[in-house]
Amino acid sequence: MIIKNAETILSVHNLVASIDGTQILKGFDITVKAGEIHAIMGPNGSGKSTFSKVLAGHPSYKVDGGTLEFKGQSLMDLEPDERAKLGIFLGFQYPVEVPGVTNGSFLRLAYNTVQGARGKDELDPLEFDDFIQSKLSLLGMDASFLERSLNDGFSGGEKKRNEILQMAILEPTLAILDETDSGLDIDALRVIANGVNTLHGDSDAVVLVTHYQRLLNYIEPDFIHVVDGGRVIKTGDKSLAHELESRGYEWVLDENRSKAA
Amino acid sequence: MSTAIDNILNQPYKAGFHTEIETDSMARGLSEDVIRTISSKKNEPDWLLEFRLNAYRHWLTMTEPKWPNVTYPKIDFQDIIYYSAPKSKTTKKSMDEVDPELLKTFEKLGIPMNERAALAGVAVDVVFDSVSVTTTYKEKLAEYGIIFCSFSEAVRDHPDLIKKYLGSVVPYTDNFYSALNSAVFTDGSFCYIPKGVKCPMDLSTYFRINTQDSGQFERTLIVAEEGSQVCYLEGCTAPQFDTNQLHAAVVELIALDDADIKYSTVQNWYAGDENGVGGIFNFVTKRGLCKGKNSKISWTQVETGSAVTWKYPSCVLLGDNSVGEFYSVALTNHMQQADTGTKMFHIGKNTRSRIISKGISAGKSNNSYRGLVKVSPKADGARNYSQCDSMLIGDLSCANTFPYIEVANKSATVEHEASTSKIGEEQLFYFLSRGIGSEEAVSMIINGFVRDVFMHLPMEFAVEATKLLGLKLEGSVG
Repeated sequence: MIIKNAETILSVHNLVASIDGTQILKGFDITVKAGEIHAIMGPNGSGKSTFSKVLAGHPSYKVDGGTLEFKGQSLMDLEPDERAKLGIFLGFQYPVEVPGVTNGSFLRLAYNTVQGARGKDELDPLEFDDFIQSKLSLLGMDASFLERSLNDGFSGGEKKRNEILQMAILEPTLAILDETDSGLDIDALRVIANGVNTLHGDSDAVVLVTHYQRLLNYIEPDFIHVVDGGRVIKTGDKSLAHELESRGYEWVLDENRSKAA
Repeated sequence: MSTAIDNILNQPYKAGFHTEIETDSMARGLSEDVIRTISSKKNEPDWLLEFRLNAYRHWLTMTEPKWPNVTYPKIDFQDIIYYSAPKSKTTKKSMDEVDPELLKTFEKLGIPMNERAALAGVAVDVVFDSVSVTTTYKEKLAEYGIIFCSFSEAVRDHPDLIKKYLGSVVPYTDNFYSALNSAVFTDGSFCYIPKGVKCPMDLSTYFRINTQDSGQFERTLIVAEEGSQVCYLEGCTAPQFDTNQLHAAVVELIALDDADIKYSTVQNWYAGDENGVGGIFNFVTKRGLCKGKNSKISWTQVETGSAVTWKYPSCVLLGDNSVGEFYSVALTNHMQQADTGTKMFHIGKNTRSRIISKGISAGKSNNSYRGLVKVSPKADGARNYSQCDSMLIGDLSCANTFPYIEVANKSATVEHEASTSKIGEEQLFYFLSRGIGSEEAVSMIINGFVRDVFMHLPMEFAVEATKLLGLKLEGSVG
């Protein structure tokens, strides 16, 4: 929801970033305030996922210019783990599989590391077990999930649930969910949307990166940004999503081209 | 690759110190005279000298194996010292008689030779260069009828057992290095578990090569009589020299009806420096014979050291319903090369074998798994399951898998699974994006990778091995 005079959580201005010498982001702008949900949409290859990775600090991407600030602090020189400790969370489009590392021990280590950075007490395995039960049930996950190897042999839906479970325990100030809806059936989509809606509050913000309008039926965004050619070319409210769904992206791109001409 | 992985991988070798101690060393070189001298120094019976000479004569007709996937300069066998022992060695009655320098050496390595010290509950035989310097808990074990002593003492005190079993699993004709070992072996460990006895403590041998340019050629022989059980541990280190030293051991295990032998190794020989200078050539033949029905032999190895490793702890499953297991973690870094795996020979009916191999290659190292599963025509109902996983760290390391499967019985079931993964940027980024630092991430990924093997190590050994992997990998990610 849009709250008057809310704190600015994310401020990105004229961000330029490249991978292997190819520029992907070419002057990306976005401002996200506490309490808001933003959706970033756009055709394949427009730079949506790149933006989410640059925000989280993926080492393959090089920032060539612009500013990237989280609560007024520049993120440019921070490693990904430092960004995570500040409260930035990236929900992966393709979560990696790690055989042999149990999901439970991974989650607890992540939780304790981030808690420690916030000056809070760490939890021992038994305490953590109690803590995580309510989070599991929020996402309709069974406790046996914790015993399995991290994402190893998980179905597409299980992987995405596991991402939101991590979001639930890490309680980020800014969550960027990269194509969380891709590959989900309608039931899984509902569960995940319900999870995100429950976790979202007045003091944090969510950025959804998505290709389809479908997810936005369940998580209602305050702003929609259409991205093409590495920058935001149109921003609107949720009605824009419906228009995109019925008319496609082409008209927005055309509109933008004629503006440029 | 990032500096974090590099830092984890580039820890100095902590066992690389050399002990200044007076030694009784023979001149370099190998001949029948040298062998006669070794044998007479040890007051050996004629039959043993005969065994050595036969082995030597056979060795002269053999050539070094060329098939392993490793390269190293040609070894000059006339440039090796075949016998080197700490001086004034008589049979020690108590610790007080052991050279304090030796005691210090093993204390530094965390191997207390004192029975009251930290490693309580584990009997240790300590082999320094060519000889066994002490064996702890001998008397206590004797109460159970268990024999645990140096090989030399066994030859003297239990010649019938040695005569019966020496070379019965690994004959000197087996391969080039087993022939060499049979000719020149100087000491090692012997253990005998009588019928129906469950060994009340873990038995352990700690091998240390100290002298530059000496080779270590030890033999280990373990005999488990009907219905007995034993858990045996082996550890190894060597000082840091810029020349290569040869370690060519032979280990023979014999399990009779319903006997159970569990043999665990944590090998941390000096691996050479990051440019591949120095380090141990570890050319070892280890084989277990499941002679009796329902017998079981289980090998667990954690191979982290040596410049070149060439070893295939194997099981001959002769008894019906016998079981062979091989659990292995082989870690190579820098210029290390390893060609290691196992052989499972199914001969008896309903024999089962299980192979779990985890190779980790970092730096510019080359790590190969080589394994043979052979089911003979009479091995009805034989079953094997093999899993070979490789993990690559960085862009310059190499992992290979060479599985050989030979089945001559229709009723056999043989399964082989293999995977290769890489600790790369994406995996690390995933951990980092959750706030977990890169060193912790690598350690968690590696520990996860080796978990299936480490769970088979005895508790204290598993802790040691985990620490060792951490040390070996420190600085390799980033």
